[in-house]
Amino acid sequence: MTTERTAGWAERAVAEAEATTERTPGILSPEQQVLQRIERARRRAPRIRESRITLAHGAGGKATHSLIEGLFVEAFRNPALEALDDGAVLSVGAGRVAFTTDSYVVSPLFFPGGDIGDLAVNGTVNDLAVSGARPLYLAAGFILEEGFPVADLRRITASMAAAAEHAGVQVVTGDTKVVQRGKADGCYINTAGVGVLERPVSLGAPHVRPGDAVVVSGPIGDHGVTIMLARGELDIAADIVSDTAALHGLVDTLLDAAPGVRLLRDATRGGVATILNEVAQAAQVAVVVDESSVPVRPAVTGACELLGIDPLYVACEGRLVAVVDGTQAEAAVAALRGHPLGDGAAVIGRVAADPPGMVLLHTAFGGTRVVDMLVGDPLPRIC
Amino acid sequence: MRFVDEYRDADKAQALATQIAALCEPGRQYKFMEVCGGHTHTIYKHGIEDYLPESVSLVHGPGCPVCVIPMGRVDDAIAIANEPGVIMTAFGDMMRVPGGSGSFLDAKAAGADIRMVYSPLDALKIARTNPDRKVVFMAIGFETTSPSTAMTVLRAAAEGIRNFSVFCNHVTILPAIKAILDSPDLRLDGFLGPGHVSTVIGCRPYEFIARDYGKPLVCAGFEPLDLLQSVHLLLKQLADGRCEVENQYTRVVPWDGNLRALEAIGQVMQLRPYFEWRGLGFISHSALRMRDEYAAYDAERLFDVPGVRVADPKACQCGEVLKGVLKPWECKVFGTACTPETPIGTCMVSSEGACAAYYNFGRFTRQRLAEATRV
Repeated sequence: MTTERTAGWAERAVAEAEATTERTPGILSPEQQVLQRIERARRRAPRIRESRITLAHGAGGKATHSLIEGLFVEAFRNPALEALDDGAVLSVGAGRVAFTTDSYVVSPLFFPGGDIGDLAVNGTVNDLAVSGARPLYLAAGFILEEGFPVADLRRITASMAAAAEHAGVQVVTGDTKVVQRGKADGCYINTAGVGVLERPVSLGAPHVRPGDAVVVSGPIGDHGVTIMLARGELDIAADIVSDTAALHGLVDTLLDAAPGVRLLRDATRGGVATILNEVAQAAQVAVVVDESSVPVRPAVTGACELLGIDPLYVACEGRLVAVVDGTQAEAAVAALRGHPLGDGAAVIGRVAADPPGMVLLHTAFGGTRVVDMLVGDPLPRIC
Repeated sequence: MRFVDEYRDADKAQALATQIAALCEPGRQYKFMEVCGGHTHTIYKHGIEDYLPESVSLVHGPGCPVCVIPMGRVDDAIAIANEPGVIMTAFGDMMRVPGGSGSFLDAKAAGADIRMVYSPLDALKIARTNPDRKVVFMAIGFETTSPSTAMTVLRAAAEGIRNFSVFCNHVTILPAIKAILDSPDLRLDGFLGPGHVSTVIGCRPYEFIARDYGKPLVCAGFEPLDLLQSVHLLLKQLADGRCEVENQYTRVVPWDGNLRALEAIGQVMQLRPYFEWRGLGFISHSALRMRDEYAAYDAERLFDVPGVRVADPKACQCGEVLKGVLKPWECKVFGTACTPETPIGTCMVSSEGACAAYYNFGRFTRQRLAEATRV
């Protein structure tokens, strides 16, 4: 039996793209014309094409962006939100506060180097820290599945408490919900946090300019590879633990040594590559990365080689990505290396003017290529 | 990292690039096809074209397992996945391949139980732990992956696991190469042979390409230096006036292939009279199905498969790209209607697809890249 069909959705997508694509007449080569058309298509406001949410919408890459910008920003539009930073910086009275929230659905709940509890504290502390704030207070919401062992919950809250104490923050309010068995996977945690901006810093993409240096605070991809291996689906063992850590102390050290810090991010879902793409697009600059300067542990390189994953896209939970005034790059790296959480810090690239919105990689092999945002999801529920 | 870094040495690459340039006849253009999508991926990922002179161009071939799956087979698989009690399993690359009405990822979001696996053995493990469910493995790929599917079926049979079956879409590389050689609109100077397929079938089956079609073939490895050395070997043959099958990937590829793997394929599967390839149409004796002896493991016989045929979207030029007639960017919908996040053609889905590789890694003229990365 045979059924004949046409792919109606594809024909519609083609017609729509044709209708919205301008063509540039003139002296450009055909390939350059195509590339220009693509750049224009890339700059179009993202929107959601899918009729249902797929896992890709949670992966931190392009689909997540289309969801945030095409739906949430549209609905809640305001200047603080539109900056699309890890946290919002708000004026309250005479001072400024940073405010952020993050949800944690990592699977498994316990993994080498940490668990969902310290992840939930450190992740939110880090969102505040990269806004330039001193983290002060957290709220914690728990969504628990009927039947979840209290012993596990005790273990999770103990590590949350330890992480909060270590980070100098207090969990001051919270909420608990329980759903029927099968309606959630054990335990999900949401944390929100507030911090105060005590320095006169202003961080963000608008400050980034050509000549700046791109710095990471240590080897990348540890958390993502740890989670992947902890699931036990791959039959690969490696001596690697999550890098989950609170970064506000490291941020302090960095800002003391290099006042010319333009922008800070913590490299979570989508990895360093996705963050650099966000920066390049928001600031309309090029970011040029030197592959051989990017610190990656041999075990992470090995696992990524086996699985065909690029470490640039693998999540970290305790690594800072900083864009710094080029003349202060060495001072920034030296300061980071003086801190226990930054001893693997390195300059991995620089900011250039052209081509705007692009991340380029000078490969260790001596070639060059584009590094785009993550598409699809190599690994759901990483944090 | 050992066994990786030594094949990515920039100094050795520079030395090879010098030798390659010296072998090129002035004024002559060279066109080599890398048959395998894994090569396409390596070429773009490491920027290998930066080491080649302008006169040497690499043409991307049909050896991307995901790219050659026709839309109708995706629809058929989704129909199976939607049957009660079924768990469909597939490689990660397969999840985003569009069918006539959506991909696995869309079907999963709509309620089908579709799971990503790294190996058919993982699918068998799921069958073992879910005895009340029917676990189907969406088998795709060339001779590189068909032995592992065959071995998994043999293991299922040995263990008496009855709730496991295979939706077999395995294809064979030689008919596709032959279709390209017979295509009138392409002029090639030689082939970079598919290294991983060759670990199974060996180098001997390619001899007709040199003998009957007069095209040299070098069976190539997947690290950057492997590819540069293979281009060098092809140019050397042309300069010497030779036309042979050579094996650059000797550390992995035995000349006669892997007999045990070939036996496993032969035991479990047999050639289909014909099979549809995305963009290339029907090709005779180009794919495998399950043998009658293993009918109990054949999803096509266990389920009511609708046998969907979806006409390729009119604007989609995957076929020309797969045959190397068009560069990815020359396709009418490249980068506008068809992008990695909203692919229309399969070449834009897999990381091994020529369009995805070009879009993700190479989407820039070399000159502008060189200017931007000059330190």
